[in-house]
Amino acid sequence: MADLSSSFVGIKSPNPFWLASAPPTDKEYNVRRAFEAGWGGVVWKTLGEEGPPIVNVNGPRYEALYADARRVIGFNNIELITDRPLQTNLDEIRRVKRDFPDRAMVVSIMVPCEEGAWKAILPRVEDTGCDGIELNFGCPHGMSERGMGSAVGQVPEYIEMVARWCKHYTRLPVIVKLTPNITDIRHPARAAKAGGADAVSLINTINSVMGVDLSTMRMSPNVGGMGSHGGYCGPAVKPIALNMVAEIARDPATAGLPVSGIGGITTWRDAAEFIALGAGNVQVCTAAMVYGFKIAQDLCDGLSNFMDEQGYRSVAQMVGLALPSITNWNQLNLNHIDKAVIDPDLCIQCGRCHVVCEDTSHQAISATKNGQRHFEVLEEECVGCNLCVSICPVPGCISMKALQPGQVDKRTGLVVSGEYANWTTHPNNPARA
Amino acid sequence: MSTPHVPPPLAAGRLSQAEYARNFADAHPPLNATQALLEAERCYYCHDAPCTTACPTGIDIPTFIARIAQHNLRGATRTILEENVLGGMCARVCPTEVLCEQACVRNAQEDKPVEIGLLQRHATDAYFARPGAPLFTRAAASGKRVAVVGAGPAGLACAHRLAMLGHAVTLFDDKPKLGGLNEYGLATYKTVDGFAQKEIDWLLSIGGIEVRPKHSLGRDMHLDALARDYDAVFLGLGLAGVNTLGIAEPVDAAARAAVDFIAELRQAATPAEVAVGRRVVVIGGGMTAVDAAVQSRLLGAEDVTMVYRRGPEAMSASEYEQQWAQTHGVRIRYWGTPQQMLVADGRVLGVRFARTALQGGHLVETDERFDVEADMVLTAIGQTFQAQPLGVSLALKGGRIATDAEGRTSHPKIWAGGDCRHGGRDLTVEAVEHGKLAAIAIDKTLRA
Repeated sequence: MADLSSSFVGIKSPNPFWLASAPPTDKEYNVRRAFEAGWGGVVWKTLGEEGPPIVNVNGPRYEALYADARRVIGFNNIELITDRPLQTNLDEIRRVKRDFPDRAMVVSIMVPCEEGAWKAILPRVEDTGCDGIELNFGCPHGMSERGMGSAVGQVPEYIEMVARWCKHYTRLPVIVKLTPNITDIRHPARAAKAGGADAVSLINTINSVMGVDLSTMRMSPNVGGMGSHGGYCGPAVKPIALNMVAEIARDPATAGLPVSGIGGITTWRDAAEFIALGAGNVQVCTAAMVYGFKIAQDLCDGLSNFMDEQGYRSVAQMVGLALPSITNWNQLNLNHIDKAVIDPDLCIQCGRCHVVCEDTSHQAISATKNGQRHFEVLEEECVGCNLCVSICPVPGCISMKALQPGQVDKRTGLVVSGEYANWTTHPNNPARA
Repeated sequence: MSTPHVPPPLAAGRLSQAEYARNFADAHPPLNATQALLEAERCYYCHDAPCTTACPTGIDIPTFIARIAQHNLRGATRTILEENVLGGMCARVCPTEVLCEQACVRNAQEDKPVEIGLLQRHATDAYFARPGAPLFTRAAASGKRVAVVGAGPAGLACAHRLAMLGHAVTLFDDKPKLGGLNEYGLATYKTVDGFAQKEIDWLLSIGGIEVRPKHSLGRDMHLDALARDYDAVFLGLGLAGVNTLGIAEPVDAAARAAVDFIAELRQAATPAEVAVGRRVVVIGGGMTAVDAAVQSRLLGAEDVTMVYRRGPEAMSASEYEQQWAQTHGVRIRYWGTPQQMLVADGRVLGVRFARTALQGGHLVETDERFDVEADMVLTAIGQTFQAQPLGVSLALKGGRIATDAEGRTSHPKIWAGGDCRHGGRDLTVEAVEHGKLAAIAIDKTLRA
């Protein structure tokens, strides 16, 4: 049985699955249920500074984007940080951590960009017995209008400054949560590292408007007729998050900086992909909001079975294993030739590959053979673009087959050399070395 | 001690009102909005879709299903009705399991096609519930007049398309109500709530179609006169004759053609009015036999047997329809052909069958006999085209009117379609296609 236990910046948890700072971790009742369901840790919903509690809207705070069969693939929220008194949260954090000492208890914090504000709250948070803090520099809605959340995360100098204050005023590990609403994720990550942060977590949510109610011509979700952009998350953001995690992991300036991976993780496979691209652990929110806390058991069971099958003994062993496969475009092997192959035994004859190849790609799939409906790749036209594979409704029916050295590419008439050659040395590159 | 009550062999009102209501409710209840959306999302939107190829009217099925999934039911309905103006009825009566749904690529993947028929019904039901602005309008008047004889599916489709194309149509039918088999020939549970007439009312709302019911060809008007007085004539006459068993049949209300029984039930104000036997035997193996047998059961017959002269695979009722009968408690016996009505005191007691077999590819009677006891015998061994009302000489083939692919007969001004035309499969949907194609051909001819 694979060892799922995790140690992330020294914070121990029985598995690498933490609930992200979000509505499901807002209070004792929910967090107890989460731990009872098997979550390895939680990041408590963001605390603000002492004072009158935050006010939330009492209309729609959430809305979903659906795929077929009303499966949620995207999700948006305009809920602010905790709207309960600071002391209430601190008391609950203390009690829950006392009762679940083996679980990771990390507290998310968002206070104004003033040293005094951080100096005031950090000792009180540390006093709960929690295991670490996460700086919420990511929420893109509401709080950002008040100079917090993503408004900080979009200015690397602020990130560095606040991280440094935090490292000064607490002994707890400091995780900086990054916003994806930025041009190049490497800059805020570098700033976090420069400020002494122990880790970064990403991604927070993406600015979003879910849609328009066409019967009323009002954006949705709206609160009594008016809406405001929200933060977007869920399965549809996973590719964006994976890229950002990998960018940080392969940036020489931040390589080795621990990353807590967040963004659309729904299944153990999603989690394993984040880990393979350099995440030391993962955080989940939308899936728990959509399906409930019980999914923790499916995440653990799936990852454990996968690791047993593959012979991985620990999660740490898998971290970053796929990173070497990510490079810049100019390093891709231009001598590699793939051709699509359709398995006639699996083909159900829907013809979608044919029509998309006709309309988008290279007219490389025929629709008839001897007057019969039949779909076959014309190697002399196929550029190996993978569009047919992507849209085929039958898993495994169309696959890409690499031509081997010595074989002739029927499209170009050239023999496959087997030599690696990329754009930097390509004869068509005017700037080639 | 009282004498046991022996019910008369034929009796109406065998069941309670609640039982009739349940038995003659919609055979295949419509999809609700959620079911329709889920089912529509199963469609792969195939290229050159096999389902469309398999549809005799060539409805662009992936398009109408995509429009359902996109909450555009009006657009979906337009896609259906522009190829098949009786798409609402066909959604109820098409043997989709041997047409569009048999061709669905989902069969290859998961052995479960997209429920095309039910989706078609979903779209058209929504449209007919609130039609709104007309989907189809008439072209400028052509000044041409066309007589359409027979207001069944072929004639209705032809009349509608001709009206759309700007021609003035006179639509004749010998029955008091229009619809042909849609009105008189379908099982009651396939078209509940008067749908057939609602659909016809909508179809006629396009305008330009003058309706003349109770006009019988050869009695109230004559084909040679129609051909003279109109610019073109379309014949959608159906099959007016029924095949007989070729054995002595008693003159008894308990021994009758299945089509008459079905029509009586369709026209009855309530199924409770229709008499049925306690034990019924239905002779035949087509859809008419299945409808008669199943409806006998639903009317309260205790024991219903279908007897067919060949094996299950040769039956024109599909496997699905055979199972439909069997799940309604109909027993199907294969390899039997009627030999003799068993009659006593003028009352039917049953039928004696000769067991049949295939010998060298030919069906033969063996010496073996079996009896099926019955107090009602329904015959459903096929219908025939009756040529004598034509009056003029049209080339026939196989006993029906010979035409080209567009429906043109041997007479230059006369077209024909539906079951009266040679070479079809006697399907409603095919009759609609005949009518449509003939209308297009007539239009082309009249404008040449």
